[in-house]
Amino acid sequence: MKKINRDSRVRKNFHQAKWDEPIIFELSQKGERGILVPKAEEDVVGVVGDGVSGIPDHLKRKEHPNLPEISQPRVLRHYMRLSQETLGADVNIEIGQGTCTVKYSPKINEMLAKLTDITELHPLQDESTVQGILEIMYKTGVFMNEISGMDRFSFQSGGGSQAVMAMASVMRAYHADKGESRTRDEVITTIYSHPSDAAAPAVMGYRIIYIHPDEDGYPDFEAFKAAVSERTAGFIVANPEDTGVYNPRVKEFTDLIHSHGGLCGYDQANANGLFGVTRAREAGFDMCFFNLHKSFSTPHGCGGPAVGAMGVTKELEKYLPAPLIDYDGDKYYLNYDICRDPFNIGKVRMFYGVAPVVLKAYAWIMALGAEGLYEVAKVAVLNNNYLFRKLMEVDCIDAPYIKGKQRVEQVRYTLQKLAEDTGITTGDVQRRMMDFGMHYWTSHHPYYIPEPMTLEPTEAPSKEDLDEYIETLKYIIKEAYESPEIIKTAPHRSVCHQVDERTLDEPDEWAISWRSYLKKAKDKG
Amino acid sequence: MKRVGFIVNPIAGMGGSVGLKGTDGVYQKAVALGAKPRSSHRSMEAISVLSDLKEDIEIITCSHEMGEDEAKYFGFSTIVVWHNDSMCSSEDTIAAAKTMMQEDVDFILFAGGDGTARDIYNAVGMKVPVIGIPAGVKIHSPVYAKNPTKAGELARLYLTGNIKRLQEVEVLDIDENAYRAGHVNTKLYGYLKIPYERNYVQNRKAPTPFSETASQVSAALDVMDNMQEDVLYVVGPGTTTRAVMEQLGLPYTLLGVDIILNKQMVALDVAEKQLLGLIKGKKCKLIVTPIGGQGYLLGRGNQQISPAVIKQIGKENIIVITTKHKISELRGNPFLVDTGDSEADEMLKGYIKAIVGYKEQIIYPIRT
Amino acid sequence: MAIKGFKNHPYIPNSVPEVQKEMLKAIGLNNLEELHEEVPEAIKLKDNMKLPEAIPSEYELRRHVEEILKKNINCKDNLNFLGAGCWQHYVPAICDEINSRGEFLTAYGGEPYNDFGRFQALFEYESLVGELVDMDVVNVPTMDWGQAAATSIRMASRITGRKEALVPKSMDKDRFLIMKNYCAPDIQLIQVDYEKETGQLNLEDLKGKISEKTAAAYFENPSFLGFIEENGRQISDLAHRFSALSVVGVDPITLGVLKPPSQYGADIICGDLQPLGIHMNYGGGQSGFIATRDEEKYVMEFPSRIFGMAPTGVEGEYGFGDVAFDRTSFGHHREHGKEYVGTQTALWGITAGVYLALMGPKGMEEIGQTIMQKSQYAVMRLNQIAGVEGSFFNSVNFKEFVVDFNKTGKTVKEINKKLLQKNIFGGKDLSSNFPELGQCALYCVTEIHLKTDIDRLAAALEEVLNV
Repeated sequence: MKKINRDSRVRKNFHQAKWDEPIIFELSQKGERGILVPKAEEDVVGVVGDGVSGIPDHLKRKEHPNLPEISQPRVLRHYMRLSQETLGADVNIEIGQGTCTVKYSPKINEMLAKLTDITELHPLQDESTVQGILEIMYKTGVFMNEISGMDRFSFQSGGGSQAVMAMASVMRAYHADKGESRTRDEVITTIYSHPSDAAAPAVMGYRIIYIHPDEDGYPDFEAFKAAVSERTAGFIVANPEDTGVYNPRVKEFTDLIHSHGGLCGYDQANANGLFGVTRAREAGFDMCFFNLHKSFSTPHGCGGPAVGAMGVTKELEKYLPAPLIDYDGDKYYLNYDICRDPFNIGKVRMFYGVAPVVLKAYAWIMALGAEGLYEVAKVAVLNNNYLFRKLMEVDCIDAPYIKGKQRVEQVRYTLQKLAEDTGITTGDVQRRMMDFGMHYWTSHHPYYIPEPMTLEPTEAPSKEDLDEYIETLKYIIKEAYESPEIIKTAPHRSVCHQVDERTLDEPDEWAISWRSYLKKAKDKG
Repeated sequence: MKRVGFIVNPIAGMGGSVGLKGTDGVYQKAVALGAKPRSSHRSMEAISVLSDLKEDIEIITCSHEMGEDEAKYFGFSTIVVWHNDSMCSSEDTIAAAKTMMQEDVDFILFAGGDGTARDIYNAVGMKVPVIGIPAGVKIHSPVYAKNPTKAGELARLYLTGNIKRLQEVEVLDIDENAYRAGHVNTKLYGYLKIPYERNYVQNRKAPTPFSETASQVSAALDVMDNMQEDVLYVVGPGTTTRAVMEQLGLPYTLLGVDIILNKQMVALDVAEKQLLGLIKGKKCKLIVTPIGGQGYLLGRGNQQISPAVIKQIGKENIIVITTKHKISELRGNPFLVDTGDSEADEMLKGYIKAIVGYKEQIIYPIRT
Repeated sequence: MAIKGFKNHPYIPNSVPEVQKEMLKAIGLNNLEELHEEVPEAIKLKDNMKLPEAIPSEYELRRHVEEILKKNINCKDNLNFLGAGCWQHYVPAICDEINSRGEFLTAYGGEPYNDFGRFQALFEYESLVGELVDMDVVNVPTMDWGQAAATSIRMASRITGRKEALVPKSMDKDRFLIMKNYCAPDIQLIQVDYEKETGQLNLEDLKGKISEKTAAAYFENPSFLGFIEENGRQISDLAHRFSALSVVGVDPITLGVLKPPSQYGADIICGDLQPLGIHMNYGGGQSGFIATRDEEKYVMEFPSRIFGMAPTGVEGEYGFGDVAFDRTSFGHHREHGKEYVGTQTALWGITAGVYLALMGPKGMEEIGQTIMQKSQYAVMRLNQIAGVEGSFFNSVNFKEFVVDFNKTGKTVKEINKKLLQKNIFGGKDLSSNFPELGQCALYCVTEIHLKTDIDRLAAALEEVLNV
């Protein structure tokens, strides 16, 4: 047999699954059924009749909803195909979604979360019947206390943004309790913290003050001093920020806020590189939150369900959304005592949070222990800095701010030089990556770092994976100088070609549903 | 049938190749130094993109290498409305553009540099949309596309109805004499309208950002909602400050300094002397915006606000209004002041809170 | 004592010491500690965190977690009549199959080019829910009904420029608290009373409270207390007369038999997707949706993402993307980003789409009918118990109904405790949140309840009440 030469790691023959699948409505065949519904027993019908004639005539649905009629195998096949057309973290070297900590989600945890002893629990069941899940949630809270140094956690928030909102609510409640809610109307954050750190306190009516980084990428302490005053309600910040730069003076920042009577909230969505190394408590924060769907491995699910686990110090516990989960030495229970505090913030989400997500995080922590979490942090940072070092050797890739020091778990790179040299933008490279079974994202708007590319490898990839990613990027950069057209017109081996996004902005053209498409689509010759 | 005005400034860009930093007024010298024209080539790159619209457009242009030659090369139906054998001067550009306006063009495509954009602005204002093909030495005005092909593509999208919205962009130029002497002295001359293109790569993880106009309105509303009674507000030039006037429903001058009191107009387009007189002994605040991409807060483009005015108003009464997008374009560089008075500059140095949205501020450094 | 790591861990490929050494060398470091030199010593931990010893093998981990979960007593092995915002319906096997697919499970924020299937599946979910509610625009799901309702009211407030919203007093107290939290500090929620006999929204009270300040009249159908709200048209008309919007919260599983609110004047519809193929998950299955007409003034006010279809460069190929890139209209300027959208519940949206595709028009009609028959049977059967009123209100119910125990001389708490001994989860005790009802409980009966289950409940109650 002749030798098959495979001289590089770059997957030049990759092609994503492409089924050219119709929209589900196009699969409809009159009379087909996907599933049959249990019918009321004859004795029941005998007693109550058809059940619907009691509906006042003006409230009866006269025409069936225009849903498709599709038999079971065809529904299954359709969605299986759509799943194959999705490049989840299970199938690609997922290091391109910086700020999102997309890591390996162990399958055992999925299996556990599918047990009927959790899926078939009603949230209003008697406490005596849910001791298992309450134990899981209570213990996960205790783990979080140890990991952060905070005193009490709530899992009610369904994601990071909601957790920031809950932090801002606690901030408001705290100052209201002190009689200072009117005079404290400003919240300080930094440009490279997540936009939610500004947006959520804005919902609470706060004026937002941003701190711009200094030349090294650290939040400018002089500017910070100019921002803090008696009007400061608090400071909500990520550290490291989205640039991966860790602010070593963080304690000075939190001290200054405290000396002016404000509270400090730590956005630890980027916690992955710090487990067992340093904590919110030591850095002087009063509150923090972790995204269980990020650092704690629970899968992102195309964007939820998720949990933003929020922790606070003892002093702030009474403001947390109720109920808390407690243990009296004998049994676990839902504690509503805090509701009696007039300044309690109330609820942010129905019931107690997404229990299966908490369960998965619990199992993940138990599989790792303290030593494993420390290993996670070390390897996440090792991977990131290995990638950082290798990419900085590439001529047209740069990363603004401090040089010669380690970044934590991610880096925001810039491809500005590439754009200047070749006209190939980060958006172009992003699309071309998909031709090799990879992807990345850029960053939040506006782009303070031009032509950005934000990579966060986490602990999940191997060295080989990182090398493949690096080699692929280099390959594309070479193409940019030699045959830019192929990048401009990419992707070529993905599920679809470049989308003409203009119709998405025009009210008379956009199609938000199939019915809307059918109304608006017309032949344009 | 769309009517497309097409103007090529044939000498644009010649100075650069021989180190003259622009060609305004030094054309003969450039030629003597052996400069080669490049705008013709660049404008051809742009209009080649329109080739397949031949049946749908008419090119209204100037004679010879000022547009006619390029258009005919690709076989466009071409009407020459401006004839001139001499080289293109500033006056020629203005006159040609004015003639095209009389010919009811739908849109003007022009090749040149900052000087050309200024001429087009003088002739056309915001009456028809334009697109600049970058061919000059100095390209500061955002009216120019990133490269000639981009200019062609944008024109194509507009002409085929795929872009309907327009946006206003700044016409900036630097004083070439000063530039040659080593000083960068940028001035804001006015605004032109260009087809609006999505500036952003769509972002799958974040909600959609505000457009620039919406950001300006949002920041303006913040200023407006916090205006104090019986305080004189001195409103500097620019589209961001203009948004304040628009939200108040007041007349304004885009390039001038306007004055309001209790949300009512006091004076429009005041000169320095008048300004000093008006603010004397009054409680007053100054609303200014930095020049896009450069960060000049005071001393450039708003010289009416002299050191004397600044000193009288005081730093604590300066309200800076801008957008996050404008801040991001500064690439970390500070706001700049160059009032021509070191005492005033010194006073302004340090940090200032700039309003970047409704209830949103950024603490930003000011340097001289 | 130095901090120790966990080498050769199966979740961490580069926890192999030799590889670490090689990589450290490549970046010019000597050991792993140097990676965190930016973190000052003063705030560094000096010792390993105090967490339980890791459970090293997957088998032991499974046993450990299963042991804990076994302490739960679930609704499958027992008989459950709890609803009140989380409902036990049958979940078709394919729903679980699809939302367990690793590709969907582990995707997140990709482009339509690599996450094409995610975009299409969510576009289809929007389209399918759109048919169900008879509206052209549906968003990518929010957290839950409460948040969807609060967002709908915020949208109404921006559209009308007004700062008051009317909400029914008969609604869930927890949902009300969520809405209050989201609407603070600027929008005031005003409660409208209900009719004592029927539970229906009190139209006189509504007329007294609606005004030129009203942004939205919000009501629910069916109401939290289970009955069908019959005056939807009058409520919407009244709202419109004051140029306010009609916002209706709906349980989507009713819409095979009940008219969608869009057909009686609703401008914005919201609700929870959990009934559509999503397990109760101890309250983790909630997922909110919002639907409107296809009008710019509504679309521009959505804080959520909205996926739309678009052509690509290749004829015959579908493409997708985010609709309305600059949402910049109207009163939005003063509160941009005020409802920042992060991770919400997209996977449940895909699941709800799968459910509706399986059920089809017939399935939705049939399930509505079955549920109504069974719940009516339950009401009737409980009515036969001396001292028990099967339904407190004399309106038509869908799947939930308020069972009146006032004449039994026992509290709901006592009754539920005894039912629990018989492996029955009685309905939600309403006595603290609705003191005006006395000892009443909200029961939920769906297609999962057999006649024998209902009979068993009735027999158990008879025994508990000694009748």
